[in-house]
Amino acid sequence: MTYILKPRLHHPTLPKNKLGFTRRDYEGKVSTLCAGCGHDSISAALIEAMWELAIEPHRVAKLSGIGCSSKTPDYFLGNSHGFNTVHGRMPSVLTGANLANRDLIYLGVSGDGDSASIGIGQFAHVMRRGVNMTYILENNGVYGLTKGQFSATADRGSKAKKGAVNQDSAIDTVSLALIMGATYVARSFSGDKKQLTPLIKAAIAHEGAAFIDVISPCVAFNNHPGSTKSYDYVREHNEAVNRLDFWPSREAITVDYSEGGVIEVPQHDGSIVRLRKLDSDYDPTDRINAITHIAQASAKGEVLTGLLYVAPDAEDLHAHLNTYEMAFNKLEEKDLCPGAGMLEKINAGLR
Amino acid sequence: MKRIEAVNDFVVKFANVNGSGSASANELFAKSFLRMGIPVSPRNIFPSNIQGLPTWYEVRVTESGYLGRRGGCDLMVAMNPQTWAQDVKEIDPGGYLFYDNTKPLPQSKFRDDIHVIGMPLTEIANANYADARERQLFKNIIYVGALAGMMGIEPEVIAELVGEQYKGKEKLLKPNLNAFHMGLNWAKEHLKDALGLKVRRADSVGDKIFIEGNAAAALGCVYGGATVCAWYPITPSSSLAEAFQRYCSKLRVDPVTGKNKFAIVQAEDELASIGIVTGAGWNGARAFTATSGPGISLMTEFIGLAYFAEIPVTLIDVQRGGPSTGMPTRTQQSDILACAYASHGDTKHVLLFPEDPHECFEFAATCLDLADRLQTPVFLMTDLDIGMNQRLCSPLVWDDERRYDRGKVMSAEMLEEGKEFGRYLDVDGDGIPYRTYPGTHPTKGAYFTRGTSKNPYAIYSEAGADYVYNMQRLLEKHETAKTLVPKPQLIPAKQPARFGAIFYGSTSPAMHEALDALAWQGIFVNALRVRAFPFQDEINDFVHSHTKVFVIEQNRDAQLKTLLVNEAGINPASLISILHYDGTPITARFITKEIAEIVSALNIRPIKRDKAA
Repeated sequence: MTYILKPRLHHPTLPKNKLGFTRRDYEGKVSTLCAGCGHDSISAALIEAMWELAIEPHRVAKLSGIGCSSKTPDYFLGNSHGFNTVHGRMPSVLTGANLANRDLIYLGVSGDGDSASIGIGQFAHVMRRGVNMTYILENNGVYGLTKGQFSATADRGSKAKKGAVNQDSAIDTVSLALIMGATYVARSFSGDKKQLTPLIKAAIAHEGAAFIDVISPCVAFNNHPGSTKSYDYVREHNEAVNRLDFWPSREAITVDYSEGGVIEVPQHDGSIVRLRKLDSDYDPTDRINAITHIAQASAKGEVLTGLLYVAPDAEDLHAHLNTYEMAFNKLEEKDLCPGAGMLEKINAGLR
Repeated sequence: MKRIEAVNDFVVKFANVNGSGSASANELFAKSFLRMGIPVSPRNIFPSNIQGLPTWYEVRVTESGYLGRRGGCDLMVAMNPQTWAQDVKEIDPGGYLFYDNTKPLPQSKFRDDIHVIGMPLTEIANANYADARERQLFKNIIYVGALAGMMGIEPEVIAELVGEQYKGKEKLLKPNLNAFHMGLNWAKEHLKDALGLKVRRADSVGDKIFIEGNAAAALGCVYGGATVCAWYPITPSSSLAEAFQRYCSKLRVDPVTGKNKFAIVQAEDELASIGIVTGAGWNGARAFTATSGPGISLMTEFIGLAYFAEIPVTLIDVQRGGPSTGMPTRTQQSDILACAYASHGDTKHVLLFPEDPHECFEFAATCLDLADRLQTPVFLMTDLDIGMNQRLCSPLVWDDERRYDRGKVMSAEMLEEGKEFGRYLDVDGDGIPYRTYPGTHPTKGAYFTRGTSKNPYAIYSEAGADYVYNMQRLLEKHETAKTLVPKPQLIPAKQPARFGAIFYGSTSPAMHEALDALAWQGIFVNALRVRAFPFQDEINDFVHSHTKVFVIEQNRDAQLKTLLVNEAGINPASLISILHYDGTPITARFITKEIAEIVSALNIRPIKRDKAA
């Protein structure tokens, strides 16, 4: 579908990260989404986050389901393996991939149809299991590729482009992720790259199930008056609970925080998540409090954004299963096969 | 009245209530024959229930080593009042009914053409045990003792088995032995010569082992290098995943770190199970799932993805009775077509048909190799009869020289050397492209995997030519599979034969016995055991060299026959189906009768035993 090739020659003064890569090295193919699509802004934030973290692009595995959002992994990290799986079933494929090789960084990209409708079961269970991943839900409340049907995250009372009013109650994916046991839960807006990029960086550093719901307006089918997922609506109702800064290591924190409280959450890998409180009541390490706050904001018609919850003592599926340190896909006969001698003993026990 | 007299060749059936603790007593009974050198073939016939419903355990004692279900019953141990009428009816004329005569039963409850052996089991148990559960459990051991006394099972053999079972649990050892001797002595005193079924020590077991197919397949996955297992509980496959867990805990824990070289996920459903296996296979780990027919139905979307995106996946289908929930605790071979053509669009999958636990072990490891080599889903088509019954079979074999076939995987070095990489490009003419594991090389070899159509370089494409190239290559790959899957096995008749018979899977022991029985009647049949799909040319040649070929299957719709006609270009007029699908394992008696009747209906006079066809 993509016929335009991006130029391979880049300006020599483009800034480089500590691996010597420019942002261009984190790009993928030219997007085939509509001009102005929120999803492309999320791809841009992903590129920015990966570049800033100086992650080797090929050490990331990108997995997605089906839908507009799920096409986006083709548009960033062109040197990474990607897998456009089955509608609503990306979480299981990501789980298996993660078990096969724990050394890669796993990025799950999904949409609201993919995660909240057809795939709500797998969405819930991947959070329960604590798979070490960054799961990004590009949430526009609508089915874009099939031209404008409501999805399960569309708010009750919101209006479709053709005028129909949604009568079903909406599924709030951040609440669901929290209840299911995700250990890093955030919400952001595709139109706020400054908020989104550090949220992605901290999610990647988080060793456990990290979930970011990103409201991402669909310019073709859900950006009109009466929609609660339009650019205008989200800008008006966005309530950020905090501003996040992310440090890949414990050193060199020099930013001066004069106003409001600051919360620091060290991660297992030595990085630090530092939050500037915008809402003084909000403690993102308190899960019950987070659930309550989200529900209260929702009742007021506000869209709560920021880092909503982070568990400092998170564990992932590999820890739960007590798996071997070396990636399974590197294990050989000598690691895996008990051998003929042992089989003789087993045979003897079966007589 | 006729009285069945037999030595080392009879069928005993136990009618019990599910959850009454009869299983271990019955197993003790079955194993005692093995220790006396006599082959035995037990079968659980159980309900989809945990407690209360009827359950049967059928033991075929067979010195000649016929391990198929024989059919009929020489001795019924009727311990379940619910099924009394049915159980009494099932006994062969001249056979025996063993029952608990603590409470007298009216004459109308019996038959006059069978021999009735009563023993006051409840009375004995109540007199010796106070606890209700103990009364129940030891009653089972008491009847085993009585049977041993009547048949002549060596008490030392039982003592040895009980000793092994309760090793380290001395508290349980002695009371069990006491109960056994209680039954034994009572029978010796009161039931002398009541039973015409006798046991005599023989030497027909050799080095054979006694194992369930599910356990053997699980062990095959351990030896074959599977590291990821994802499953969802479903009868009759659950015990396979559980056995994998058990074997891995013993054989796959790193002694230094105590860490597991395996990951087992009990998923939320079969869709997630196959998704996890697909993800692991994509990322270069050997992975499998175990399920049954309803699970296969749920997995079909992913099977199509794995076929089209070319991802190694091993599926073990322990078949049960279908369609829908069907007969969850009964056996059939009725998923053949569902698996061969699983998923929408044009698909064809590789199937392996093991005949017993020995082959479950061997083929499970082969499936993992084939899945990697062919980069596609590979199915191990076992069934409840093999999977959930202990079966006497050849010892499991592993050659330490054997290396895992990881298939065509392009390494960082190969990419660095400039070898061309097209994920879906046929470079060797065998239809199998190279793949790379994610994370192999910083700038080369990455590709986007998808279920949509693509060109040979994995770029999204809706061009007809690209689609056709890919689909033709997949057919080519299917041809290549023919050269890799296990070859069919010929069982030639002792005399030249114009009839052939094709069979597969768990039909094997009954078929071998039927071939002998038919030969005895002067009907000589060459038989071919098909061990895999796609079909090799040998199968076609076999059909062409016979006037008619019987195809023996355990399903209603002649599924393998359909596949033979569709995929091997065989004329359906040359095939005659013999179908058994009531959920019980097929018997030699059934096969023999069906074939003999058809042969005579074809107006071909049975040949005298000593004359050639």
